[in-house]
Amino acid sequence: MDLAALKTQLKNFVQSMFEEGVLDNQFSQIQALQDSTNPNFVEEVITLFCNDAERIINEINRNLGYQNVDFSNLDSYVHQLKGSSSSIGANRLKLACANLRQASDERNKEG
Amino acid sequence: MGMAIDRDDTQFHVLAVDDSLIDRKLIERLLKTSSFQVTAVDSGSKALEFLGLNNNDADDDEEYEQRDSNTESVSSDEDQDHQDLGLGVNLIITDYCMPGMTGYDLLKKIKKSSSFKDIPVVIMSSENIPSRINRCLEDGAEEFFLKPVQLSDVNKLRPHLMKGRSKDIDSSHKTTSTRLISSGN
Repeated sequence: MDLAALKTQLKNFVQSMFEEGVLDNQFSQIQALQDSTNPNFVEEVITLFCNDAERIINEINRNLGYQNVDFSNLDSYVHQLKGSSSSIGANRLKLACANLRQASDERNKEG
Repeated sequence: MGMAIDRDDTQFHVLAVDDSLIDRKLIERLLKTSSFQVTAVDSGSKALEFLGLNNNDADDDEEYEQRDSNTESVSSDEDQDHQDLGLGVNLIITDYCMPGMTGYDLLKKIKKSSSFKDIPVVIMSSENIPSRINRCLEDGAEEFFLKPVQLSDVNKLRPHLMKGRSKDIDSSHKTTSTRLISSGN
């Protein structure tokens, strides 16, 4: 597949993510910050995010695996993930974090 | 001549404080895009370290008087020396939620310091809590930005920096006249 076709495919893929609400306006802001002086900005941010998110998600899973879940610890991780998602425009992930925080709040009160 | 401003007059130096790597990268890019010089650190204590303020000192002034080896003129040189130690920071922008020292704690420490209390401080937070916002503003923060921070927010910083810059010029003029008087003896 040639470069032009690949670029088009990527563009369409990103566009569909916007349409599905996977990405929001913040991602456009990030794209706008990329220019000739910083040609890999988007890629760098996404890479940072994925590494960070993976680490946090592992922590969240670990925490949820315990018999006695430490909800405040969990909340701190979810808060971090929500913050990063929001900063890069990962809309659905941000919303998922908000839901998780709410659920975690409720279980906390029950416990 | 301790009063020469050795940094480019047109470039402002912003100290950004945020424990999130992604947010640090973002704010750094936003600030650089707006032609600011940026130093980014990941905690309040690192920020204080960078400014030359010891975290644990209750009284920052005493520490500087001990450190200051220039015995010629005590009061007039102090302000400029403190500026040099802080490596010419013109504005501090900090996240609110950080482990250890929060952005609010950092704000209080800076406002308590005689050498740095005039540096404008801006607080950022992902949470829109009016009581939090009001408390920060009442206790000396110039602005409060909701995250994610945008270029339009960064553009709001310039007026605060221009205000600070003209204050610098005023105080350095005062320093000149004080010196002239004392050297005339």
